[in-house]
Amino acid sequence: MSKDYEVVIGLEVHAELKTKSKIFCACSTAFGAEPNTQVCPVCSGFPGMLPVLNEKAVDCAIKTGLALNSEIAEFCKFDRKNYFYPDLPKAYQISQYDLPICKGGYLDIDVEGERTRVGITRAHLEEDAGKLVHQGDITTTPFSLVDLNRSGVPLLEIVSEPDMRSAQQARAYMEKLRSILLFADVSDCKMEEGSLRCDANVSVRPWGEQKLGTRTEIKNLNSFRALERAIEYEAKRQMEALEDGEVIVQETRTWDEGKGVTRSMRSKEEAHDYRYFPEPDLPPLRIDRDWVDTVRKSMPEMPVQAGQRLMDQYGLSQYDADLITQSPQNLKFFDETLALYADAKAVSNWMMGDLTRLLNQNGMEIQDAKVKPALLAEMLRLMADGTISGKMAKTVFEEMFVSGLDPQTIIKEKGLVQISDANSLLPLIDEIINNNPKVLQDYKNGKEKAFGFFIGQIMKATKGQANPEMVNNLLKERLNRE
Amino acid sequence: MALTIKEVEYVAQLARLQLNEDEKQIFAEQLSSILEYVEKLNELPTDGVEPLAHILPVYNVFRADEIRPGTPREEILANAPLVEEGQYKVPKIM
Repeated sequence: MSKDYEVVIGLEVHAELKTKSKIFCACSTAFGAEPNTQVCPVCSGFPGMLPVLNEKAVDCAIKTGLALNSEIAEFCKFDRKNYFYPDLPKAYQISQYDLPICKGGYLDIDVEGERTRVGITRAHLEEDAGKLVHQGDITTTPFSLVDLNRSGVPLLEIVSEPDMRSAQQARAYMEKLRSILLFADVSDCKMEEGSLRCDANVSVRPWGEQKLGTRTEIKNLNSFRALERAIEYEAKRQMEALEDGEVIVQETRTWDEGKGVTRSMRSKEEAHDYRYFPEPDLPPLRIDRDWVDTVRKSMPEMPVQAGQRLMDQYGLSQYDADLITQSPQNLKFFDETLALYADAKAVSNWMMGDLTRLLNQNGMEIQDAKVKPALLAEMLRLMADGTISGKMAKTVFEEMFVSGLDPQTIIKEKGLVQISDANSLLPLIDEIINNNPKVLQDYKNGKEKAFGFFIGQIMKATKGQANPEMVNNLLKERLNRE
Repeated sequence: MALTIKEVEYVAQLARLQLNEDEKQIFAEQLSSILEYVEKLNELPTDGVEPLAHILPVYNVFRADEIRPGTPREEILANAPLVEEGQYKVPKIM
């Protein structure tokens, strides 16, 4: 059935900008404080209070716009978006309507070896709302609690064109956008803390059809996995509905992570009429080109350039380059390790394999890991010179991850040194062959299993510390002389 | 420009106002007369006039990104009709 339909996806991403204070007042933006301890009359919507724009928020928006190849507006203004909700104390959100700060742009994603350019429609500045906490059992409680610490945290809403055609592409877009925001240092992009959020507009249409199908908007996508799963579910739901002759209703749906379904959020109350009008309390912005040039000159290396550097200099694949440039901390770890141990493929494999696995298992970020570049480089060196085997390296790495001890110490403590000395291995090989004359006879009669038996015995006798490659070669030589 | 009762009901719903039939009639008339008055502006030639974004010729008013202590919680919550656990207590929406 999915062969008959094409999925069309556009994403709206909200990134909290990395300012110390809120967008229109001087309250702190720090996450995790006690409820309503980072509030003032401005962000609590008291009557008569006047907002004053945080210049750093504008800087962050310009930076992001440049990183996304957008046009930075020479003139832009703020507007009021009116709606009632308890987490919105003024009953309007200060946002930008017809004159956003960033217009147009694009970013490129690579999925399964295919490059797709995803257009950026616009990016605009706005203020975040507060947080609603449901009290007790959500189905029975008649009350909610409101915490306004988040109210007024600066947001940049980045709207894409409907240019994605699969859940995988949507995920790749989100991951690439996250890495750009991290490299530009404009947001800390912690999805679990809500500093990077995403709504997906999803529709389906018969293959070859030019007109877009009716879309639904999915909210509550708090992880890359949720984004991917929700889109897959929603596309399938729409296709099945169309197959059954139903009509898709344009509506907002919420993703239920536990049940793995999207559910309609329709209500009689819902009226999408925000009655935008210019915000009279904020004068407009004139962004002269000198300002834009100053920001441009201050831009650090972006993930696209860094990834190209990795591919050109070290011959890494696009896939590896994307993974290493998923955050500046990741790239820094790679660069620092490589400075000490110049095998890019090996460094990349360990970072993407064991390190990523252990970080995910422990819910940690690479910058918090006890394994430092110097330790990984040393371990790789010990592996290369045969001191430890690949299998031992795995043990050493896990131990380094837990304790942060250097590999030499771990090797000593765990007695992991590999025996790569022919003079100590040969007598042992002789002994085992002499003790098993029957197996030797089997080997001479062409029984392959016999060779494996000898290897097993040698590894057992050395408690697995013998260099397997060396044992293999020595044993072959020795048996050929029989 | 006369507003219909339906339009009055729509605006009332957006403003979360509950109007009885008499009130709907009154507001339809009052709102219509306001709109008629504003409509006079349409008599002016505005071709080539940029929409006004702000009434003052002022641009780029900023504050530096610096934190100042907010208002103590007891003070900020003092006017709230219901408070619990340091938060505003409101009727559940969803």
